[in-house]
Amino acid sequence: MTVTSDRPAEVGMARLRKEDERLITGRTLWTDNITIRGMVHLAILRSPMAHARITGIDTSAAAALPGVIAAFSGRDLADEQGALPCAWPVTDDIVTPDHPALAVDEVRFAGEAVAVVAARDQATALDALEAIDVDYEPLPVVLDMEAALADGSPLVHESKGTNKSYTWIFDSAEAGTGGSIDDAIAEAEVHLSRRYVQQRLIPAFMEPRSVVVEPTGGSFTMWSATQIPHILKLMLALTTGIPEHKLRVVAPDVGGGFGGKLQVTPEEVIALLVAKRTNKPVKYTESRSESLQAAHHGRDQIQQLDLTARRDGTVTGFGVKLLANMGAYLGLVTPGIPILGAFMFNAIYKFPAYRFDCTGVFTTTAWTDAYRGAGRPEATYAVERMMDELAAELGMDPMEVRRKNWITHEEFPFTTVAGLTYDSGNYEAATDQAMSTFGYDELRREQAERRDRGDPVQLGIGVSTYTEMCGLAPSRVLGALKYAAGGWEHADVRMLASGKVEVVTGTSPHGQGHDTAWSQIVADQLGVPFEDVEILHGDTRTSVKGMDTYGSRSLSVGGAATVMACQRVVEKAKKVAAHMLECSEDDVEFVAGTFKVKGSPGSEKTIQDIALATFAAHDLPEGFEASLDASATFDPENFSYPHGTHLCAVEVDTETGMTSIRSYVAVDDVGHVINPMIVDGQVHGGIAQGIAQALYEDAIYDAEGNLVTGTFVDYTPPTAADLPAFTTSRTETPATTNPLGVKGVGEAGTIASTPAVVNAIVDAVRPMGVTDVAMPCSPERVWRAIQQAKDGAR
Amino acid sequence: MTAISVTVDGVKYDDDVEPRTLLVHHLRERLGKVGTVVGCDTSNCGACTVLLDGHGVKSCSVLAVQADGKVVTTVEGLLPTGENGGLHPVQKAFHETHALQCGFCTPGMMMAACDLLNENPDPDEREIREGLEGNLCRCTGYQNIVRAVEAAAADLREQRGAGSKTEVSS
Ligand code: FES
Ligand code: FES
Repeated sequence: MTVTSDRPAEVGMARLRKEDERLITGRTLWTDNITIRGMVHLAILRSPMAHARITGIDTSAAAALPGVIAAFSGRDLADEQGALPCAWPVTDDIVTPDHPALAVDEVRFAGEAVAVVAARDQATALDALEAIDVDYEPLPVVLDMEAALADGSPLVHESKGTNKSYTWIFDSAEAGTGGSIDDAIAEAEVHLSRRYVQQRLIPAFMEPRSVVVEPTGGSFTMWSATQIPHILKLMLALTTGIPEHKLRVVAPDVGGGFGGKLQVTPEEVIALLVAKRTNKPVKYTESRSESLQAAHHGRDQIQQLDLTARRDGTVTGFGVKLLANMGAYLGLVTPGIPILGAFMFNAIYKFPAYRFDCTGVFTTTAWTDAYRGAGRPEATYAVERMMDELAAELGMDPMEVRRKNWITHEEFPFTTVAGLTYDSGNYEAATDQAMSTFGYDELRREQAERRDRGDPVQLGIGVSTYTEMCGLAPSRVLGALKYAAGGWEHADVRMLASGKVEVVTGTSPHGQGHDTAWSQIVADQLGVPFEDVEILHGDTRTSVKGMDTYGSRSLSVGGAATVMACQRVVEKAKKVAAHMLECSEDDVEFVAGTFKVKGSPGSEKTIQDIALATFAAHDLPEGFEASLDASATFDPENFSYPHGTHLCAVEVDTETGMTSIRSYVAVDDVGHVINPMIVDGQVHGGIAQGIAQALYEDAIYDAEGNLVTGTFVDYTPPTAADLPAFTTSRTETPATTNPLGVKGVGEAGTIASTPAVVNAIVDAVRPMGVTDVAMPCSPERVWRAIQQAKDGAR
Repeated sequence: MTAISVTVDGVKYDDDVEPRTLLVHHLRERLGKVGTVVGCDTSNCGACTVLLDGHGVKSCSVLAVQADGKVVTTVEGLLPTGENGGLHPVQKAFHETHALQCGFCTPGMMMAACDLLNENPDPDEREIREGLEGNLCRCTGYQNIVRAVEAAAADLREQRGAGSKTEVSS
C-alpha cells in the first residue's frame, strides 16, 4: 500500500461516509422511488394454499376492469418464463425441480405467485386481483423434514418420486485429511450426541423488494433492489431467452440485503415479461407481508451431532448428520448453503476426525437460500454449543476446553480436517482481550455466589469463538463444488483529464459503505484527495463485469482488484512521467501522488499533471495509448478467515424464564481495517441479527402450511429496546491472501453471537439440570426447560 | 374525492384525494415526497414516520384527509437550526456517529428522534431505546442510532441555551 509521507494514510481512518448525504436528506434513489412516464403498476396474486393443483384460472374479468392494462396467469407466460435458475447443483444426481416464476399447474407453498395484473396504479392492480378466479384442488402438505423423508410421505414434486434433493458427504478419512469418525466413536472416552435445530429465519431487509423495467426497442433496463445486478442480468437472459446484451440491470440504492436479495426472484422475471408483453414500463413493489411469505428464508436445519473426546478435554472427532430444508424449490444457491457450512464444522479447532453428511429435503414451504453468514452460523452454533457441552461433561471451564483444542498462533498456516488452509489467525490474542474486557473471572465469581445463595435470577456466561470463510471465492474451488460461476472480482480505475478519479467496482453494496472505503483505498494508492474519487457500481452498463456483493467478499476480492488496477495506473503514469521529466523510468519514484526524479529535488510531476498530459496526448512516449486508466480482475488464491471471541453475560429469571443480556463483548479479527467506524457498525448489526436468532425470530408455519409469522407483529425483529449496548474491539492479524490484508466483516457478528447468547442461557440454568434450550429462547421455552429438568430430577 | 389542504415542508398543497388514501401514499405519489418510505403494512416498522403538527406519526396509519389543515414535516423538510452546514442537528448526528448503513430506516428513525427530543430534550439511553421502539432498523443494531440521538440532544440543548430556535423542526 502506498503510505505517503506528508499526508496521513486514508486507510485506517474513520472517514465519515460519502453515501450518507442523500440518505439523511431523503434524496435516495430507492427502486420504488423511480417513476417512468407511462409506467404501469403490477400486483401479484399469491397462493393462499401451501399445496394445491390449479385446475382452472381465469384472468379475463380482471383484465376487463377499468384501469387494468393486462392480466396474466402462469400458463399465459409459460412459453417465455423458463425456469428460475439454481446455479449451485452440488451433486451430479441432485433433484432440481422446475421452478416457474408464476406457478403453472401446481402451487407448492403459501404465497407462491399465481397471476399478475398490470394497471394504471397500484391500488387498481391490487383491487383487480380479487377478480381473478382460481380453482385449487388441495394436495397434502408436508412441512416437517423428517416426515418428508419417510416412506409414503406426500411428495412436493410428484414427478420426482422423492422429497430428497441430494446427499452430500465429506469424510476426512476418505479425503485423507484426517481420521475416521467411526473409529473415534469406537475408541472414545467421552461421546456426546446432541440434536440442534436451526429454526427458519427471514432475512427481513428493511426495504421491500422492488423492481422497475423499462422496455426500449427490444432492449430492457431493469432497476431492482438486488445485491447481484451482474449475476441477475446473466440469469435473466438464461431464464427468459432475452439476449444478455439486450439487458441492463441497475441496483440503485438498496435498503439492506443480508443474503435475502442474493436471488433471481420470480417477481423480477414476471416484471420483465410483463414489460415485454405490454411494451410499457412496469413497477412492482412487494408489501411486507408478501416479502415475509415469498422472499426466500434462511437457516432451517436439523443437526444431529457426535463429538468424541478424551477425558482431558482433547476432542478426537466430530460427526454431523444434517437435514437441510430446501423448501419447495431450489433458489439461486439453495443447495450450496449447507455445503458452505461443511467446511466450518471444525471451526477454529484441530479436530482429528470429521464427517459431514447432509441431505437436502423438499417441503411445501418457501424456499431457503442465503441469509447472513449462510451455512457458517449454523455450523458455528453446533460446534460452539458442543464445546460447552463437553466442558460441562468434564467439569472444565468452557474457555479451557477451547484453548485445549484450537489452532495456536504458531501453527498457521494450518490445513484443517475439512481441507481448508487457514492463512492466518491469532485466537489467543482475541480471546485474552475479550476475557479481560468482559471481566470473565469476576463474572464467574459472581455467578458462583448467586448459585450458592440460590438467587432466583441466575447469571450465565456464554462463550463463542468462531472463524468463517469469507472472500468468496477462489474460482477453482467454486468449480470443484459445482457452483456455476467464478469468484473473481473486477475493477476499472480511470484518471480523468482534470485529475479526478472514477473507479468502477463489480461489487454492489447495500449499506456497507463501499463509496467511502473504496475512496480511502484509491486515495492512498494514487495519492489523490479522498474527495476526488468517485465510486461507480451496481449498473451493468457502467460496471460491465462483476460478481456482486455477498459472503463478505467485496473488500477482500473487489478491493483487491481495485488496488491492482490502481497499481497499473501508476505504472502507466510513471512511463509518461519519465518521458516528461526526461529520465529513465527506473529513476522515477512515486510518493504521495507525485512522480519525482530520484536525487533531483524539484524535478517532479503530480499524477494530475500526468492525467492532463495523457488526455491532451500532445507528447506521449512512443506507442503509449492516450488514456490513464487500467482494469484488473482478481481471483483469490484462498478464502479469508476472520475470527474472534464473543462473550455474553445474561441474567435469567428462573421463575419467569425471562432472559436479559447484561453485557456483550466482541473482539473480532477482520485483518487490516480500512475504516474502523464502518467495521464497528457492521459488527453491531451482525451481533443484533445473531441475538435475534437466539432470542426472538422464528418463521413458523401452521399445520396447513400458512406462515403464521407473516407480519412484523408476529415475526418480531428486535427493536432498540430489546437489545443491549455492545462493547466491540479488534485484534488485527492481516490476511495473507489479498493485497489489502483484509478478511471481511459483514457476517462475523451474526455467526458469533447466536451461540454466545444460547451458551450463556444454558450456562445460567445448567445447575438446575438444563442442558439445552431450543431457539429462539423465549421466556416460555426457558421456563419449560427449567420445569422439565426439575420434573426429570424428581 | 375529498378536497384537502396540507402544508408539507413549508409548502401548501391543495388536492382532491380518495378518502382511502393514506398520508404516506399522498406524500409519495401525489406530492413526490419520496424521502418518506414504506417498510411494512402493519404500522410496525416506523420507516414512514413524519411529524404532523409537530408530533411523530406513522404516515401509513394516517389518512390523507386526516392531515387536512395540518402541517406535515418530512425528512425533506428538516431545517438546520444552527450553524450546521445545512443539516439539521439530528441529520448531522446520524452522519457523524455512523447511525445508518443502508439508510432505509433512516428518514423515519430521524423523524422519530425529532419527536422524542421534542418531548424529552435530555433522554438517557433507556429512554432513547424505548422512545425508538416503534422504528425497526435491520442494519445497525441500534447502537449508533442511540449515540446519534444523544449527540443531537446535546447539540439542541446547547442551541436552546444559546437562545436560538427551540422547536426541533418547523
Ligand atoms: S410503513 Fe409505516 S410503520 Fe411501516
Ligand atoms: S440502516 Fe438499514 S435498516 Fe436501518
